[in-house]
Amino acid sequence: MEKTLDLKYTFTEKKDTRSGFGDGLLEAGRKNPNVVGLCADLIGSLKMGAFQKEFPERFFQVGIAEANMIGLAAGLAIGDKIPFTGTFANFSTGRVYDQIRQSVAYSDKNVKICASHAGLTLGEDGATHQILEDVGMMRMLPHMTVINPCDYNQTKAATLALVDHVGPAYLRFGRPVWPIFTPADQKFEIGKAWKMIEGKDVTIFATGHLVWEAVVAEAMLREEGIYAEVINIHTIKPFDEAAVLASIAKTGCAVSAEEHQINGGLGDSIAQSLARNSPAPLEYIGVLDSFGESGTPTQLLEKYGLNAENIVKAAKKAISRK
Amino acid sequence: MEKQSIDQLKQICSQVRRDCLRMVHAVQSGHPGAALGLTEYFVALYFNEMTHDSKFKMDGKGEDMFFLSNGHVSALWYSVLARSGYFSTEELGTFRKLNSRLQGHPATHEGLPGIRIASGSLGQGLSVAIGVAQAKKIDKDDKLVYVMMGDGEQQEGQVWEAGMYAAHHKVDNLIAAIDYNGQQIDGPTAKIMDLKNLRAKWEAFGWDVIEIKKGNDIESVVNGLAEAKGLTGKGKPVMILLYTEMGYGVDFMVGTHKWHGVAPSDAELENALGQLEETLGDY
Ligand SMILES: Cc1ncc(C[n+]2csc(CCOP(=O)(O)OP(=O)(O)O)c2C)c(N)n1
Ligand SMILES: [Mg+2]
Repeated sequence: MEKTLDLKYTFTEKKDTRSGFGDGLLEAGRKNPNVVGLCADLIGSLKMGAFQKEFPERFFQVGIAEANMIGLAAGLAIGDKIPFTGTFANFSTGRVYDQIRQSVAYSDKNVKICASHAGLTLGEDGATHQILEDVGMMRMLPHMTVINPCDYNQTKAATLALVDHVGPAYLRFGRPVWPIFTPADQKFEIGKAWKMIEGKDVTIFATGHLVWEAVVAEAMLREEGIYAEVINIHTIKPFDEAAVLASIAKTGCAVSAEEHQINGGLGDSIAQSLARNSPAPLEYIGVLDSFGESGTPTQLLEKYGLNAENIVKAAKKAISRK
Repeated sequence: MEKQSIDQLKQICSQVRRDCLRMVHAVQSGHPGAALGLTEYFVALYFNEMTHDSKFKMDGKGEDMFFLSNGHVSALWYSVLARSGYFSTEELGTFRKLNSRLQGHPATHEGLPGIRIASGSLGQGLSVAIGVAQAKKIDKDDKLVYVMMGDGEQQEGQVWEAGMYAAHHKVDNLIAAIDYNGQQIDGPTAKIMDLKNLRAKWEAFGWDVIEIKKGNDIESVVNGLAEAKGLTGKGKPVMILLYTEMGYGVDFMVGTHKWHGVAPSDAELENALGQLEETLGDY
C-alpha cells in the first residue's frame, strides 16, 4: 500500500531511534568535555556502549538502581557536568518520579533523562515495560523540557541540541527500526514545531514514531482530495502554542497522534490550548486508557489504533465535526 | 499433586527446558538464560515441595504460594505451571504473541491461572511476598510463601527496604531465594555492580541464610528446600542463596550473560534440543 502512495517524505533506510541517541551522545561527548553518561545495566539496549568505550572516565555504570542514578546525575550537575542518564522509559520516569521531581525538576538541575523502549513498539516484552504515561508525568513537572523525536536523524539532532540547552529535560525514543525520513543535517530547535507538510483541511499534530504514520496518512487523504497539514511536535514541552493555533486557525480542525495514553500527552496539550483560545474539533490518536500487551510493534499499533489508517479515519471525523 | 521422585523430577526438568527454548525461539524474543538456570528450583518447588492446587485461587488460602520477582524468567514459570496442570501445555505456543494470556512478563491482567501479581520491573516482588505472608499470619494459615529474585536485582534499593521490614516484623513464614548466577544484562555482577558478600548482608539484615551450592542438581535443591523449611517459624525470614548457572543444560549457553535475553536461531534450537531429552512430549 505504502509503495503506491505519493509520499511527501520518503526513506531509503530504517534504523532505531535509540541508535540516534547513542550516536548523538558519542558526538556530544567529543564536543563537550562536561558531558557524562550514566546507565542502569542497559548499555546495549540504550546504545551507550560507544560513549562508554571512548570516555570511560566520564561514564558510570550504576547497576540496576534507577533511583540512585537520578540522584547521582543531580549531584554531577551541581559539579557543572551535563549528565545523560539512560534506561527504559518506564524505569526513567514512573520508577523514579519523586527523585526526578525533587532532585532534578524542583532543584532545577541540568540533567538529561534519556529513555528508550517507550510506548507500544517495544513489542513482546509487554505492558510492564510499555510505558504509555511517561509524557504525561514528565510534562506535568514544572521546569521540565519534554522531547519525543520521530526518527534516527531527529533523535540524534535532539540529543546534540540538549547539550547546549540548560535545564532538566526528558528525551523519549524507542526500540523498533523505523523509517529515516528527516534530513541528517537538520537543525533541531527545542520548543519549535516543524510544519512538514502544508495543508488546508485538517491539521495532524504528531510526535515520535507516529510522525511517520502521519506522513503516510497525509498521502492517503490526498488521494481522496483531502489536504492535511502535518506538524511534527518533537517538543511537547515547552509547547509551541503559537504554531498550533495558527495552523488550526487555517484548517479548522485537528488530529493528535502519539504513542501514549490519550490522557496527559500531546493531545491534551493541544486540547488545553484550544479550550483556552479558540475551540475547534480535535480527534485523538492514542491508547484509550488501557495498558499495552505483548505482540509485534506492527500488530500492536494496529490493535490499539495507532497507525496511518486510523489517522485517516480520525481526520475525516474531525473534518465532519467542523 | 503427589510428590515426584528424583528421577521423575529430572525428566520434568529436561522437558521444561525444551519448552522454554521452543517458546523463546518461536517468537524470537524472551529470556532463555535464567529460565534454564532456574529449572531445577522451579520444578522442585511445584512438583515436590509446595502444597498447591492447580484449580487456581487468587487468595491461595491454605496453600503454599510462589511469587516471581525477576519476571523475565516468565517462560520457565509458564512451562512449570502448564506441566503441573494450571492450564494446557498447548497454550505455551501463544507465549508473547498478540492476545495471549502468556505475556512477555507475568501478568494478572489476562487472568492466567497461577499468577497473582505482575512482575518485570525489578525489585518489587519481595515486598509483595512479605505482604502475602503477613496476610497468612493474620489468617493463622500455616502454609508458606516463596519468592524468587535475581542477583542483579539485589541492586534495587526496594529489596533492602523489604529485607529490613521482614526481619523487623518477624515474617518467618517466608522463604526467599536469590538466583545467584553472577550475571546480569551488561555482564557479570562483579563487574557491573559488585554485590560483595551477599550472605553477610542478609544476615546483617536479620535473616537466616542458607546456601544451595548446586542449584542445578535436583537432589541438592530438594534437600536445600527441606532445610529452608526447617528454619521457618523461628522468628526470622529465610533466604536461600541459590547458586545456578545461567543457560544450564545447553553447552553453548551455559555460564554467560550473553543469553540473558536472546533467542536461539533455528540451528541453535536444533542443537540445544539435541542435548535435552523429550520426556513428557513437546507441547
Ligand atoms: C527496574 C528495572 N530496571 C531494569 C530492568 C531491565 N532488566 C531486566 S532483567 C535485568 C538484569 C537482571 O539481572 P538479574 O537479576 O541478575 O537476572 P539474570 O540476568 O541473572 O536473569 C535488567 C537490568 C528491569 N526489568 N527492571
Ligand atoms: Mg543474575
